[in-house]
Amino acid sequence: MAARPRSARRREDRMSTAAAQKPKLKTSAMIASIAAEGQRTKSAPFGHALVELAGARPDVIGMTADLGKYTDLHLFAKAYPERYYQMGMAEQLLMGAAAGLAKEGALPFATTYAVFASRRAYDFIHQTIAEDDLNVKIVCALPGLTTGYGPSHQATEDLALFRAMPNMTVIDPCDALEIEQAVPAIAAHKGPVYMRLLRGNVPLLLDEYDYKFELGKAKLLRDGRDVLVISSGIMTMRALEVAQALADDRVDVGVLHVPTIKPLDIATILREAGRSGRLVVVAENHTTIGGLGEAVATALLSAGVTPPFRQIALPDAFLDAGALPTLHERYGISTEAMAKTIKGWLG
Amino acid sequence: MDSSVTATHAHLAERAYHIRRNALLMGEVQGQGYVGQALDIADVLAVAYFHAMDYRPDDPEWDGRDRFLLSNGHYAIALYAALIEAGIVPQEELETYGSDDSRLPMSGMASYTPGMEMSGGSLGQGLTIAVGHALGLKRKGSKSFVYTLFSDGELDEGAVWEALMSAAHWQLDNMIAIVDINNQQADGPSSQVMAFEPLVDKMEAFGWFTQRIDGNDLAAVIRAFDAAREHPGRQPRMIIADTRMGCGVPFLEAREKNHFIRVDAHEWQLALEALDAGRTA
Repeated sequence: MAARPRSARRREDRMSTAAAQKPKLKTSAMIASIAAEGQRTKSAPFGHALVELAGARPDVIGMTADLGKYTDLHLFAKAYPERYYQMGMAEQLLMGAAAGLAKEGALPFATTYAVFASRRAYDFIHQTIAEDDLNVKIVCALPGLTTGYGPSHQATEDLALFRAMPNMTVIDPCDALEIEQAVPAIAAHKGPVYMRLLRGNVPLLLDEYDYKFELGKAKLLRDGRDVLVISSGIMTMRALEVAQALADDRVDVGVLHVPTIKPLDIATILREAGRSGRLVVVAENHTTIGGLGEAVATALLSAGVTPPFRQIALPDAFLDAGALPTLHERYGISTEAMAKTIKGWLG
Repeated sequence: MDSSVTATHAHLAERAYHIRRNALLMGEVQGQGYVGQALDIADVLAVAYFHAMDYRPDDPEWDGRDRFLLSNGHYAIALYAALIEAGIVPQEELETYGSDDSRLPMSGMASYTPGMEMSGGSLGQGLTIAVGHALGLKRKGSKSFVYTLFSDGELDEGAVWEALMSAAHWQLDNMIAIVDINNQQADGPSSQVMAFEPLVDKMEAFGWFTQRIDGNDLAAVIRAFDAAREHPGRQPRMIIADTRMGCGVPFLEAREKNHFIRVDAHEWQLALEALDAGRTA
């Protein structure tokens, strides 16, 4: 068969895939909340938490690269205009200037989208911030697959990139409560931090689990005899929903939430994964390469702990554009898809 | 020149001589190094460290100091030479240059060397950090200046222009940048690798108070630094310094130009002698 241009082949593939799925959903606005309809939410938890923190800490400043409104930093800008720096659409400058301000004793919270921090500004973060172990907090919206805008905006490899960077602490929070608690916690930690951000109306659920964020700590949110899901970010929310759904089928799913991807809470992971008889499933809103799944696998193998192990994550591919519910279903990270996959593994 | 100007000039010429000499001695330790660049920028460093800047040699992190950011990290040999002359780094450490466990690595890093403000080497980053320092100093009400040295090759990097634009936007009149135009970068003459002229027009269009000087004319360098500090406008200040690689050692200056100037093993001593001859001339 004659070779066809790659782009044409891919477009046709997409059209046939799309045709099989009805009804077609519209791509939601990029700024839309990832919350499901009817879900409890809280508005702009990062922005409110940063304003509160700034009241107690005069060294806190806010910086952005033309994404103040889209990272909830506009609340800080309004409350503390003299501590807010609009750096323009220039992510490399944003990071270099954050380094310089940190050197002068400020505590910068620098915001942009996860794609731009992880890809465009990587060397600037590496060299101007991390190499000098500077106190800069990089907080980034649209982590993983949380927008339908396609690969330009989908940060599916950010955790792998920042895990690989020496000195960097990496946080993937689950909900509004966790973001609120993480803001003062990362401020209290000395050194560079990369935190994934959920903005706008952010799901609120961890208050039902008497949850308290602790930097570097994994927390068992729910115990279960048959399956242990180890997850971070929005996949913890999905895992808890899956656990509820599978309980009706008499499958008992435990959920270990790991918001700090680096440094990893290896002791807790080994303890929970080492309990015999359970299938261990690592679930993450990130490519299969280099994220929580591989981090957990390395930790387990290095310790000689070898439970049955599976990964629920995004494929190593440039993902489609479209509506988020469609995409989450297509790539297996919706609650329904995840429940089906796990049931399949249990046989 | 009146007598005080003459005395200043003579004093700084002597400092520049010692910076060049220290750089040659370090080059000899390694048998190589960016001595061509060190020789071309020695006059600028002499004026920066012994005429313009305020600092305390025994307390390099004193908060009242003027900051000096070396964006072109491979010029570390030149800055070490100046830091030694300034008494910030002990003279005896010169012999460790580029060796294992030395505080003087081949490419400058903040975490290694007292008086080194940033980790350069990934070119095009210095001015972005300088913008942050300048904003931070203003927040603190500090009167200190942020000096940034960068090279003509770095003009190829987009982030340089992000920083240039933002420095004017934020009216960072506490920023003084010096771009070394020696017209050499890794792959050849900078103007051929990527045309950057007309540079004065570009810098002025970007909102900088701009001077272009012969960077190896000590009197011109002194005047430019004075004018940069005293300029009344709320603008960042740019000094475009045209320099000659190998300046101070005639046979190196005459040698075929390259990113590296070749110096054979027996030539280090000859270079030091040539430098001495220029000093007494």
